[in-house]
Amino acid sequence: MSSRDAILGRVRSALGRKVSLPDTAAIESYIAAHPVGLQPPRDWEPELRFRARAEALASTVEKVSSLQAVPGAVARYLVVNKLPTGGVCWPSLRKLDWIGAGLGMEDRPARGDDLVGVTGCYCAIAETGTLMLASGPDTPAAASLLPETHIAVVDTARIVPFMEDAWALLRAERGGLPRAVNFVSGPSRTADIEQTVTMGAHGPYRVHIILVG
Amino acid sequence: MELRSNEFKARAAANLGDAKLQKGLGLIKVKAVVNRANAVAEFGDFEALREAGKAIRNRALADLDLYLERFEREATARGAVVHWAENASEACRIVVAIARENGVKTVAKSKSMVSEEVGLNDTLIEAGVTPIETDLGEYILQINDAEPPSHIVMPVIHKTAEDVADLFHEKHGTPRKTDPAALTREAREILRPKFLSADMGVSGANFLVAETGSTLIVTNEGNGRLCTTLPRLHVALTGIEKVVPTLEDASTLLRLLPRSATGQAITNYVSVHTGPKHIDESDGPQQFHIVLVDNGRSKLLAGEMREMLRCIRCGACMNHCPVYQAVGGHAYGWVYPGPMGNILTPSYVGLENAVALPNAATMCNQCGVVCPVKIPLPDLMRKLREEQMARGLKPWPERAGLALWGWAAQQPALYALGTRIAARFMKWLGGSEKLIHRLPLAAGWTNGRDFPAPEGRTFRELYKARRK
Repeated sequence: MSSRDAILGRVRSALGRKVSLPDTAAIESYIAAHPVGLQPPRDWEPELRFRARAEALASTVEKVSSLQAVPGAVARYLVVNKLPTGGVCWPSLRKLDWIGAGLGMEDRPARGDDLVGVTGCYCAIAETGTLMLASGPDTPAAASLLPETHIAVVDTARIVPFMEDAWALLRAERGGLPRAVNFVSGPSRTADIEQTVTMGAHGPYRVHIILVG
Repeated sequence: MELRSNEFKARAAANLGDAKLQKGLGLIKVKAVVNRANAVAEFGDFEALREAGKAIRNRALADLDLYLERFEREATARGAVVHWAENASEACRIVVAIARENGVKTVAKSKSMVSEEVGLNDTLIEAGVTPIETDLGEYILQINDAEPPSHIVMPVIHKTAEDVADLFHEKHGTPRKTDPAALTREAREILRPKFLSADMGVSGANFLVAETGSTLIVTNEGNGRLCTTLPRLHVALTGIEKVVPTLEDASTLLRLLPRSATGQAITNYVSVHTGPKHIDESDGPQQFHIVLVDNGRSKLLAGEMREMLRCIRCGACMNHCPVYQAVGGHAYGWVYPGPMGNILTPSYVGLENAVALPNAATMCNQCGVVCPVKIPLPDLMRKLREEQMARGLKPWPERAGLALWGWAAQQPALYALGTRIAARFMKWLGGSEKLIHRLPLAAGWTNGRDFPAPEGRTFRELYKARRK
């Protein structure tokens, strides 16, 4: 008997299953319904909540009126913070006028020594101030991870109240999950040494969010 | 991981006098406990959330076989390879075989308690594969001669920044520094090239989502993301009980887990992985293997400890346990310390190999009160204590004493006489100080403190007098 059959056999006997092929209808209908569980009260406006929460998690947030204004905002942020003016961006953002803003953004896979990564996001979650990144050919996961500075462009129309709304959006727009969904809530951190919170463990030291809307 | 649970008493005694450990443990009360309390208060109706979490975990366990099969079907359809391991050695064999077939030399690991449970690192090293722990805490332990973790969320809670400073100075050959931020940067710079060159990433999984065949991990450092994004292979090693039905259920549990663990509303990163990379993607693993480990879990499902399988590994029970707070995680002698370990360790390694653990509790129920999925931890410990008595695993004086007490308690007249004598005798022992310095037959109790002497009359005598 394979280990799989042995384990499942023990589980079935522990559950007191009498028939060899139990009826899956109940679990399948529960999964198909995927009911939303307990959420905190929604006594906030999503954009304001997102912004307040993101800032509480040590992200910085600014807002511009259009996508065309993003390269200028990125340039200002990098210069003010004395950061390098070049790095990688998602291929989905390659058409923005980076050169016009004085930036060298390359739409290639991120490398270990890249210092700045500019990404979009699939949607953003107000409850926790979280970015939801969905991996894909034009939206690679490493660009938000390897560089020391992560700049994320967020369309305010895509700020949803809760994580459950993000799942619903993925099901409706894509019919399922991409290879990787990464929820990002601020710069990477650790508190392993004496429970002292330290920014920039293995991922970015800083996350800057540019709202567009 | 080497099992040393039967050394609990000796190691606990030693740890009580360990000043560095006590400093780290002291921080739990002012940081982890306070942070959790604040996060819980901020959420609002956390009690309802705990009920919801319990219901989701119970739903998954009630049809565990069906949810696992659904998980396997979905994961396989997306191109992941699902393996089943009956025990620790089979889990290790599976991972080593994957490594060998793919010519793997180095493995970047993110924190996984199941990998500690099955002893994966030692097996990989024997097979000529180099595992590199990448969680900061786990990395510190690994370069300190593979010291075991002492907490499931904060593995180096027993070390001070000074300890880490000495260790990095010695092992890295860099100038000594004590600032946690500088130490963290040093570890980042040493580990970054190792991430980039690792052939395989090994992670755990906080949840398995049956609906989509996905694994879900929560991390703060980002090492979990690196381990699952950069290497050409990703192996997720986790217990069969980790399955949840839907993405919505995972979202509900995500409101409980970080709040209970560290007082965060959400961890920095929550990563959901479904299948290997697509041909047109620039990153992600070419192969995604998921190893579902039983190692005693199906046995738990059948017995009185079933509720323990709801556990989502937040560590709140140990953070709030007066025994853990005093003796630290190493005293427990295996992977899982604190109240959860008091149940899991005897259940997985045998009650006879962890005799002290179900008794390493004051039954104050702090653990039960904070558990995000409402596991009645003291009740389960009590059941294990009963089993220890039934199986004769306790020393004979204890068994004889309890048997005698049990018999006497069923003879009302004799019991009343006995307590009258004892109350008077103990009053006499206490003398004018009204404190007993040494209690016959219970010297262990009075070695460290005095026993307040009774006033000389029993409750029943006082009750009778008052009724008149």
